[in-house]
Parts: sequence; structure tokens; C-alpha cells
Amino acid sequence: MRAPISWLREYVDLPEGLRPEQLANRLTDLGLKLEALHAPGADIEGPLVVGRVVSFVDEPQKNGKTIRWCTVDVGPQHNDESGSRGIVCGARNFADGDLVVVSLPGSVLPGGFAISARKTYGHLSDGMICSTKELGLGEDNEGILVLDAALGSDVDVKPGDDAVELLHLREDVIEFEINPDRSYALSMRGIAREAALGYGVPFRDPARREIPPADGAGYPVRVESPDGCPVFVARTVIGFDPTAATPMWLARRILLAGMRPISLAVDVTNYVMLELGQPIHGYDADKLAGPIVVRRAAEGEILTTLDGARRTLSGEDLLITDDSGPIGIAGVMGGERTELSETTSSVVIEAAHFDAVSTFRTARRHRLPSEASKRFERGADPLLPAYAADRVAHLLVEYGGGQVEPGITCVGRPPAAPTIAASVDLPAQITGMDIAPETSVEHLRGVGCAVTVEDRTLRVVPPSWRPDITDPYDLVEEVARLVGYDRVDSVLPVAPAGRGLTHGQRLRRRMGLALAGAGYVEVHTYPFVGEADWDALGMPGDDPRRRSLRIANPLSEQEPAMRTTLLPGLLKTLGRNVGRAQSDLALFETAPVYLPRPGAGPAPILGVEQRPTEEQLADLMAAVPDQPLHLGVVLSGLRERSGWWGPGRTATWSDAIECARRAAATAGVRLAVRSAAISPWHPGRCAALMVEGAVVGHAGELHPTVCQAYGVPMRTSAAELDLDAVLARAVTITPAPQFSSYPVAKEDVALVVAADVPAASVAATLREGAGDLVESVRLFDVYTGAQIGGGQKSLAFALRFRALDRTLTEAETAAARDAGIALATARHGAVHRG
Amino acid sequence: MSGPNSDYDPVEVTPLRAEQVEAMLDSALAAIEAADGLEELKRVRIEHTGDRSPLALANREIGALPPQARKDAGMRVGKARARVAQALGRRQQSLQAEHEARILVEEAVDVTLPWDREPVGARHPLSTIQERINDVFVAMGWEVAEGPEVEAEWLNFDALNLGPDHPARTMQDTFWLEPADGGLVLRTHTSPVQARTMLERTPPIYVICPGRVYRTDELDATHTPVFHQVEGLVVDKGISMAHLKGTLDHFAQAMFGEGITTRFRPDYFPFTEPSAEVDLVCFVCRGQSPALEHCRTCKGEGWIEWGGCGIVNPRVLVACGIDPDAYSGFAFGMGIERTLMFRNGIEDMRDIVEGDIRFTLPFGLEV
Repeated sequence: MRAPISWLREYVDLPEGLRPEQLANRLTDLGLKLEALHAPGADIEGPLVVGRVVSFVDEPQKNGKTIRWCTVDVGPQHNDESGSRGIVCGARNFADGDLVVVSLPGSVLPGGFAISARKTYGHLSDGMICSTKELGLGEDNEGILVLDAALGSDVDVKPGDDAVELLHLREDVIEFEINPDRSYALSMRGIAREAALGYGVPFRDPARREIPPADGAGYPVRVESPDGCPVFVARTVIGFDPTAATPMWLARRILLAGMRPISLAVDVTNYVMLELGQPIHGYDADKLAGPIVVRRAAEGEILTTLDGARRTLSGEDLLITDDSGPIGIAGVMGGERTELSETTSSVVIEAAHFDAVSTFRTARRHRLPSEASKRFERGADPLLPAYAADRVAHLLVEYGGGQVEPGITCVGRPPAAPTIAASVDLPAQITGMDIAPETSVEHLRGVGCAVTVEDRTLRVVPPSWRPDITDPYDLVEEVARLVGYDRVDSVLPVAPAGRGLTHGQRLRRRMGLALAGAGYVEVHTYPFVGEADWDALGMPGDDPRRRSLRIANPLSEQEPAMRTTLLPGLLKTLGRNVGRAQSDLALFETAPVYLPRPGAGPAPILGVEQRPTEEQLADLMAAVPDQPLHLGVVLSGLRERSGWWGPGRTATWSDAIECARRAAATAGVRLAVRSAAISPWHPGRCAALMVEGAVVGHAGELHPTVCQAYGVPMRTSAAELDLDAVLARAVTITPAPQFSSYPVAKEDVALVVAADVPAASVAATLREGAGDLVESVRLFDVYTGAQIGGGQKSLAFALRFRALDRTLTEAETAAARDAGIALATARHGAVHRG
Repeated sequence: MSGPNSDYDPVEVTPLRAEQVEAMLDSALAAIEAADGLEELKRVRIEHTGDRSPLALANREIGALPPQARKDAGMRVGKARARVAQALGRRQQSLQAEHEARILVEEAVDVTLPWDREPVGARHPLSTIQERINDVFVAMGWEVAEGPEVEAEWLNFDALNLGPDHPARTMQDTFWLEPADGGLVLRTHTSPVQARTMLERTPPIYVICPGRVYRTDELDATHTPVFHQVEGLVVDKGISMAHLKGTLDHFAQAMFGEGITTRFRPDYFPFTEPSAEVDLVCFVCRGQSPALEHCRTCKGEGWIEWGGCGIVNPRVLVACGIDPDAYSGFAFGMGIERTLMFRNGIEDMRDIVEGDIRFTLPFGLEV
């Protein structure tokens, strides 16, 4: 909402010399948020004066244009010795004797356009005759601005007068961001009222005017849906001159307020809406057929609104209709058929009060936010329509001629304001400020409430323009903002002893630090994915991860789904880094994935009048999808760099597994692995990660086609782990280990097995076979080659033996070792290499 | 031990004369002193203490002396040999030390060689700042509450006094999940976690709710459709705006430094009444701009818009089953990206969301 300060000053005597930013700040302190300060015309420099065209000669030019060589009287103080100035003008929409605006040499027009005397078309042009656009007054480019038409006859101007002041070229405008609860501030009336409160000065209400009582003799109106339209006022103006121009000052104010001047009739309706906050609609009376009827639409009814759109209406839409059918969507937008036009000479003025919710729903349904709907859906002043209609009628007649018909239609009556009861102590209790009851009463009356006090209870009836005031706490806010939020004390409340971070919260934090400490860089990626991602990941058509939640209004039609795996985001981020010439990359992300619940119904919309029942809440929670926390990891390039110390080490499938294990280890969870084949991994280089027999993730090298699809380096590795599943098994108390203080006995064992026998299985078998005396089994070498033949591999293990209670004999150690070997032979066909 | 000497006339045993022994000693000491290396010293040791050394030979002659002379000569030679041995020991020690020192010098390396063999990692600053915020409140006895990002519409809106026909609901730029009447949204704020907390617990409640939230904004220098918020909620007896102010002042100081204060200005949120916008005194110019030079951080305002807050609307308490006559509460909410941008001077939102490791690495393992 843009408020020209000169307009506000019409209704409130603001202190002299008050700077715009001071006023804006004061109003912001009261709750009207400053959005921006505008100072149109601030860059204008004079002399910019009124001139009278004394005479002119049309001079055709070789380029086909005709210029006018004008003699212009710019007033005694600016004329040269000849009593005028010679000015070349390209426009031709003026006549001898017309008053125009002349920028004289030395002046600067909006946008820094400097004017000087210059030789052109064989003359010395001693200034410029200005157009509306050049003056910053709008887009009208039909020629130069002729003041006689623009100002109307009652304005007394003469050559030499300052045009800056005359045309309000320089203005200070405050743009406010009006919160939804302050609908009244969507008008000069409302903003001026706040300014008067802010400076403790009187407010002159522009809506306070003497109006004749309604007699029902105006244009016939029938309201069939009084719930949607409690008040409908109609006035009629006849004999109006549709060609009459909008007076300059009015057009200027509309422009400064951020709207566009269109025609006198339309401009007047908009002007009154800006002035009072009451949306007005004008109908061409000659196009109306029969009485106006306000009713709900029939499902599927059609209306072409004045923006030219054909709209199919819903049964909930409130319509303005006549015998021909719909002629407007109530409070939102009028219809094309009865629109005011350049031939309209009789105007039916509609000033109605429409229900906020009904207007909101309709405007939302048709995606049609308008100046009118914005005001109605936030709650308009139901007492205003009669005053606003009267104001419109008289402005139309004043500037467009004709007369106001005496009959006034007024259907319905404004809804009664509620009475709100609150303890006189509530403002002090809730704000923590020392606010006496008298202070509350004074401020509530200041904002327009009727207040009485009985038994230490405030009984408050809010004013008609404050439909937002409904609850006791609303009264607190009114009092608090006028006392001043700056007077709120600062007192730290004392919470009872808390339980600190949860175990899960601590583990997540530690896991992040552990991975960062191990050289991984954390990223946060967007969770939006699409079909293309599932295809890029090589997921088969029936892969359950393709079953995803979909967004009804996604930012990108290519990514309408919520991720079920973290890898797309990580791979895109990896690719972005590679594209920026980073080669050694190890990234991780901990974030939820979003899993639809098969068969889950819609989440119910419960009541808010009381706490829902446990059953209702259980239904609600059951409809919310599972969103387990995952860890995702991607790696490419070198895991250890090469350098003066020697060669580097390329990140491989094993680093991805190690990373997952390291993450799980921070929770005290040991991951077991077994080989797996699942997209997007390389089918021969993928591990399933397991805890207590359950698969909780996968890790390994990515499938070459996946690397290609995401544009990441070949042999990029990745891991993904269901952290919720891991954290659920987190160790909270680690039992103290037992270990022997007797000397260790070491045995190395090399076993030849078939190449596809998992090393982890052989190690586990050795341990099992060797029994309790084994302290550790560690694989230290894997050999494949000529010495052992094709399809075979040799696994070299270092075994350490120790007993808790004695030093082992050589025989005991050997027996344990041999038992291990024997079991490996029996189970895996292992051959002991002596 | 040599046997009795019968071949020599004791008078002729000249090496045992005092001046002779003295000369042998001097010669040995001089040689020891002159030895400039461990090898040289080894040679000197053999020459002056070995079996064929003059003092060893002299020692062997003692037996040939008449008994009455043996004692003197024995003492003389013994003392001389002891002094030589002592000198040798000292010299050995000092040469050994020199030798070891020289080896250390020779083994010196260039310690400025690069050390980037092991990759360095980093936490994302968004994670770190969230943890820091959590710590500020946990230290006061608050708890950290969390909830789902795909959330029930009722919890995201209705329970918070944002009914289906509330104009503010369109301000929220919500992502809706399919089907459109399925009652699910991507939460537009972490306030549904407040509602969940009130539904699950009984007062007193002191929680903060950090987390990821969504609005349908396109990514640009100051907006992102996916961002993070931290909200706070207190429900207790006798809670007022003063407690809200006290909490936010403390929070502001914990994040931006001693002496940073907050300012309230009226604002509107359906879930709070009265509601306020929280501004921070600019921690760069300390509110001195525009009086001093124009401050870039606060654009000359002296204050920075930080978030929103207010007294919990009693309608919200009612919907969550808390008696508004017995309890009152306050709530606040801040954008974490915004807080991070102020705090660390980040100028472009895209740096935070793109995952370029050059942005994240400098944050390392900071806490």
C-alpha cells in the first residue's frame, strides 16, 4: 500500500518538517510495516513552468516529420526580451492559447533528463514542451500535456507558475507492507488514523459526511445470499460525460498510490477505494438488464470478467447478476458486459460489504487477487458502503457533470460488532509491562473501541473497521503497540532442569564430526527428484524406491517427487564440483528420505476448538509418511593424494564401505557386509550393509552407466545407510572388555580358496574353528596369480592366540590353528599353503 | 701379572722415574685432547692404554723394582693411568655428543613441504550453527524437539490458528503433496513441531525446534525453496513478553556477541498475539549507522530484521489441549540461513545450497 504523505496530511495535522522516514518509522512502531520510501520527482530541477502557446507554425521536414515552431509565453520572469520564448515541438495535440508545461534550459526532468537550449530543425529551441511521460506522470504518449484539459476549469493558473507544485510532481510516498490483520490500513483513512494516534493529533475522518438516508428508491437490488453480502448500497449518476478527463490531482494520486489512471469513472471508484478502503464497482446503467440480484453461482455458470477471461463458476462463488445472467464476481472482479466504457453516461455505483471468507475462497479458486478482493478477504468496514457510494456519486458529478439520482438503495444491515470481555490486568500480565487499567482504556478508545469497565473487567466493542479484534489477546496487542513495544523488559525465564540432547541427537552430531574428521565434506541438497533420476540410477520399473511422494505444485515439472534415496542430490553436487575443476571429492549428507505409506488415507483436518482425541491424533500421525534419516556418501578421485611422499591412492568401493562402517561405529554398531547386486551399484562391487542380519544400506562402486548419466567420473563410489535403523541399535553402555596379560602366540596361515569365496566368511570360519583361544584374526594379504592357478585366490591371515588364565603352549596354539584350518577346509574347500 | 724380574738391575728401570711417568701422562692427555673424532680417539686409546702403550709397559716394570720402591712407582703409574682413563671417558662423551648432534643436523628435513596427503573434510556451516543454537538453549535447560518435513496440513496450519480460509495461508507459498486433498504439505515452518510438542507434553514446556522447511520460492541470492528455521516455544505459568525479550536478548548475544540487543516491532502471525518482528542491533556498526559511515550489513538502518515472535495465541493452546487460563506461552522463529549469512558475512544464498566444497571446507570442524 503506497501512501502519498500530502494525501495523509489532508486528514491529519502531522508535525511540520516531519521527514518521511520519521513518519514511516513511527507507523512501523505502530504496526504498519515500512516496505520502501519513494520520492518520485526528487530529481526534478526547475525552472519547470506553465506556458501559454501564443502561436505556432507547422514546418514540414525533409524526413517526413512536421515540427511545430512555437512562440510560448512562459511568464514575465522567464520570457526573453520579445515577451516569449521560441520552442520546437514535435507534438501537434494543442492549439493556440493552450496552457502547457515548459521545461526551460537548465531544468532537469525525472530520470535526470537535462534540458538546454539547442539548435534543431533550423531554430534555437529555448526549452521543451513536456509530455505526461516526460514529467513522470504516466505513460500517456499521445503528445504533450495540455493543462486546460487536465486541470479542469476551476484551477487558476497563468504562465510562469511553477509546474512542479501545480502538478504535484515532487511527492514523498511511503510504501507499507500491510499485514492481513490490518485491513483498515489498506486506505488513506486507515493510515491517517494511525498517524494521528502516533502523534497524538486529531484525525479528520474522510468517511464522515452527511448523507441522505436510504429510501430504497435507487436501482433495484435483491440479495439472495445475505450471508455472503450483508450490505449492498446502490446509487445512480445520470447524464455523466464519458469523455470528461480525470483531474490531474486525482490521476496523480492514483498513480502515486500504485494504480493506473484509466478513465474518470473508473478512476473515481479507485480513488474512493484508496481513500476509504471500500471497494466500489461501477456498472454502465444502460447495459444492466433488470434488477441486480446477488446470489450464489450455479455450478458451471460462465462469466467473462473484465480482464477478458472466461471463467467457469463454482456453486460457492457469490455473483452479481441481472436478468442477463452473471455480471460480476462479488467483491473480486466485474464482468465485461456491463463494464464502464467511453460511452457510459449513466453509472450504477455498487458499494457493498462482502463476506471475507466467501471472497477469499472465490479469489483463490479463480486465482484472481484484485484490489477489491484483497480488502474484502481481510475484512472491510461494513458501515462504509453508504458513505463511499455517496462520495463516488458526488465526485463523478463534480468532474463529469450530470446529476446524482435521489433514490438510494440499501439492502441488508451491517453485522453487529462483538463485545469482548477481558480482565483489566490482562495487558499488564501478558506484556510484562506496568500498564494501568486507565491506560488500557485510553488506548482502546484511541483505536476506536467503545470501552466500559465493570468488576475489573474490560467490556470492549471494537470499531466497525477492526474486524480483526475478536479475542482478549487482540486487545492486549492494541494496548501494547500504543504503549510501545520498546518498553517491554528483558527477563530471562528459568526453565526446569532439562534432559539435554537426546541420544540420537548426540550420535548424529558425533557422526557428522567423525566423517568430517575423516576427510568427508558435508552437503545439504534439495530433496526434489524426478523420473529421470530413477532412470539415471538404473532402477528397474518395479524398484520400490520409485514409489515416491509427489508434489502437486512442484517448482520444476522435471522434479515433482520427493527423494527416496539421497544419491541423486549427492551425485548432482559431485558433478557440479567436478564441473568446477575439483577432482578429489568425498561428500556426505545426512537427511531424511520420504516414503509413502501404502494404503494410507488422507491426513484428517481436525477441529481446533479443543484437543483432538487420542484416536484422532493416532489417525493423523498414521497418515504422515515415514521419513527415515539416511546417510549418503559419494567419492571420486584420490582418497589420499600423491605428493613428495609418494603415489596417491584412488578412492574405491572399499572406501565407501569403510565410510559407512565408520559412521555406524560412532554409534557403537558394527556393520557386517555381504555382496549384493542392486542399482545404482556395480553388480560385482556392491556390498549390502547389515546389522543383526537386517540390511540397513549398500555401498560400493557405482555402475558405469550411472556415472555416465550423472556426468561424474567413472568408478565413483557411493554408500547409503538407513541411519534410523543403525541408531536404533546404537550401544548406549559399552560393557568392559576382558583381555589377557599373558604372552601372545602368533601364527600366520595362508589358505587357497575359490575366487568367489568371501574373505569375510573364511575369516569368520577360522575364528570359529580355532575357538576361544583366538584373540584376533586379521587378513593381511590376498594373492592371485600363476603360483596358485586360475579361479583361485590365496588369503593370508595373521592369527593371535592368548588365554585369559595362562601362557599357551606351542601344542595348544598349533592345535587351535589346525582346528581353524580344518573347518575352513571343510566349509570352503580351503587348501592350506604350508 | 709379570713374574719376578731377575734380568734387570732395578736401578736401570728408567721408565718408572717420576719425570718419565709424567711425560707419558702428558703425552697421553695431549693426544686425547687432540683427538677430533671418535675414530681418532679409538686410536689414541689403543696407543696410550693398550697393552703396548708406555704406561702399560711401565706398569709391567713395577714388579722389577726393589720392594721398597714398588709402592711409590705403583702409585705413580696407577694415578697416571687413572687420569688417562678419565680423560678418555670425558673426551669420548663429548665426541659422542658432537657426533650425535651432527647426525641430527644432517637428518634435517624441509618441514614446509605440503601436508595435504590426508584429505580434509568439513561440516556444513548450516549444521554447525544449528548445533550451536541447540547448545545455547540446552544450556538453559531447554530441549530440542524435532518433527517430520512432510507434515499433516492440520499441524502445519489449522492447529496454529491458520484455518483453511485464513488469508495468511496464501502468504505461505506452500508445497502441497498429491493428492491435493490428502492433507499433507511440505512444512512451511517448524511450528508443527511446536504443535506436536504441546500435544505430547504437558507444561512447563521449553523447547526449540530446528529443521528444514519449504516455500515455493525460486533459488536466488536471497531465497531458497528449501531452508532451515529454528523456532522456540515456552509454555508455563505467568509467561509474558518480557520473558520473550529476555530469551531473545540472550540468544542474540550468544550468536552475535556481548552487548547485542533486540528490538520488537508489531507484526502479525496467526499463531501469536501480540506478535512482533525481532530486529537485532547491527553487530557490525552497533546501531551507529547511519550516524557514522553507511553500514553495508544493515544498509544504514542500524538494525537487522531477524525473525518473528509473540505470545502464543490462546486458540493454539486450546487446539493443543492446554488451558489458556492457567498457562501462557511465547514463541519465536528465525531463519538459520539468514542468521548464518549475517554472522559469517555470506552474501549469496546459492553459496550455502550449492555444495561447492570451496565454500564448505574453510568451516572445517568448527563448533
